[in-house]
Amino acid sequence: MAAVAGEKRITYDARGLAEPLAEIPKISEIEGERARFDAKDLTTRTINLELRWLLYEMGVKEVEVLNPGSRHSLGVGILTRCRIRFVGSLGYFGCGLIDGPEIHVTGRVGWSACENMMSGVVVVDGNAGSLTGAALRGGDVVVKGRVGARTGIDQKGGTILVCGSSGSMTGFMMQRGRIVVCGDVGPGLGDSMYDGTIYVGGKIKSLGIDCVPGEWTDADTELIERKFRIYGLGSPPAFQKLVCGKQLYNYDSLEPAERKLVI
Amino acid sequence: MCGIAGIIYRDGGLHPIGDEMTRMLQSMKHRGPDSTGYALYGSSPNGGLVMRYKLADANTPRDFEFEDRLRRHRFEVESRLAALGAKIHEVEEETPYAFRVSFDYDGDLKLLADFVEDIPEAEVLSLGRALEIVKDLGDAETVHDQYGLSRFRGTHAIGHVRMATESEVDIAGAHPYWAYPYSDVAVVHNGQLTNYFMWRRRLERAGRRFMSECDSEIIAVYLAEEMSNGATLEEAMHRSLDELDGVFTYIAVTKDELGVAKDELAAKPLVLYESGDLVALASEEIAIRAIVDREIDTYDPYEREVLVWQR
Repeated sequence: MAAVAGEKRITYDARGLAEPLAEIPKISEIEGERARFDAKDLTTRTINLELRWLLYEMGVKEVEVLNPGSRHSLGVGILTRCRIRFVGSLGYFGCGLIDGPEIHVTGRVGWSACENMMSGVVVVDGNAGSLTGAALRGGDVVVKGRVGARTGIDQKGGTILVCGSSGSMTGFMMQRGRIVVCGDVGPGLGDSMYDGTIYVGGKIKSLGIDCVPGEWTDADTELIERKFRIYGLGSPPAFQKLVCGKQLYNYDSLEPAERKLVI
Repeated sequence: MCGIAGIIYRDGGLHPIGDEMTRMLQSMKHRGPDSTGYALYGSSPNGGLVMRYKLADANTPRDFEFEDRLRRHRFEVESRLAALGAKIHEVEEETPYAFRVSFDYDGDLKLLADFVEDIPEAEVLSLGRALEIVKDLGDAETVHDQYGLSRFRGTHAIGHVRMATESEVDIAGAHPYWAYPYSDVAVVHNGQLTNYFMWRRRLERAGRRFMSECDSEIIAVYLAEEMSNGATLEEAMHRSLDELDGVFTYIAVTKDELGVAKDELAAKPLVLYESGDLVALASEEIAIRAIVDREIDTYDPYEREVLVWQR
């Protein structure tokens, strides 16, 4: 079965898997441990195949990808220490499930960037969509623009640093880690969070359930100043600190039957 | 899942929006392979009205009577238009079951639409001086070729690729929806509305008609009701945020405006690109990149945002 996407002919198998027979393009210019390639005429699958070939088979440590063209799922699942620079924007699910890379995106990223990222650094020069850093486990995600709704949903570790504003339900069901938003945040901040810390430099539209102001410590100052220094973000603004109030039912020791009696 | 897209030029000139919207929608084919629809805004060559209507669905069973029935019903449509005093300029047969009629008429548009839809299986897809709605089963390139959309030049357009969830895979369930009987207003939607039946009963009691079981049709009819009570498009869209429940992002258009609204959870995606001469928006940035082939600065509107642009 064949279908056409834009001007590129993409084949699908019976399960709908795109390009099951795609081959590594091997079009990169390689100089020692550095490489670059132009993704303009490549498909999502062949871009990722080229990246993996460079990083896992050719001993390359630093790759520049030109014209990523907002395609989805680029730079996903890379589990080695390396540097990748996307010159342009990524679509949805960019840089997810990575463990180790330092990635720089000169444009913007779509929804669910850095989902389930385990370690490494992702710096985005532009804006990011909703669900940035969803279920993030470790590493730093730095967005120099604004981010969408539910940023850091279910976050389990690591740091998300947003220079602009953030949408509704930021830090929803957050479990660990840190979210730093220099601008304003939308309604429902930190709703149902279990743990972790949220820092907000601007206005908070409303706090979510069980998200409460926290006590500022020297460790907070040290963390904020260190992150701003590392990423060259200048002087940090004054932040409010928000934490979990631990008043929700999941923090009591009642059995379900006992809880019914209490309610 | 579904994918929606919109494009509006601010220079007032005519652009190949049929081709451009096709490229946008085709790049989001993965969001909805069941059907594709367009609401295209141009200008009628003689300043008259254009009505798009269908007399069967793409998957209506082809029984022995099918072709004869279509012929009879088509003749009946044209007879009824003439009986109401409409002066028909041209009738184009886009597919065996879908037609485009251009005509002059200065009477009540609701009466005209009701009179046509009184014919069995007839559905008016759009009626106006600028709006033309085209929708059918299949992906954007299929519908584009079927309806010759490369000929269409206009000022703005919206489009939809549908993954059917709660209603049939047929043309009646495909977007965009015309805001009957408000000429030149149309809507595409991505999401689900949870108070659909309440609003449907309420609007039916107010005399509005529904042609599908699709929850998205509510938005078009709701906006029509609000605008017929004197609200502007922007005011009607703002009110919809309080009155429609569910998760939704929708784009609504009139002959001069294009607007987008997001519900309070912002759970359905939309990426927005705005420049001096063009505004383009879509469920995915890759759709915008299909017509603006360079690095662009885009962002996602936040919860409860309503944005409206003029052409």
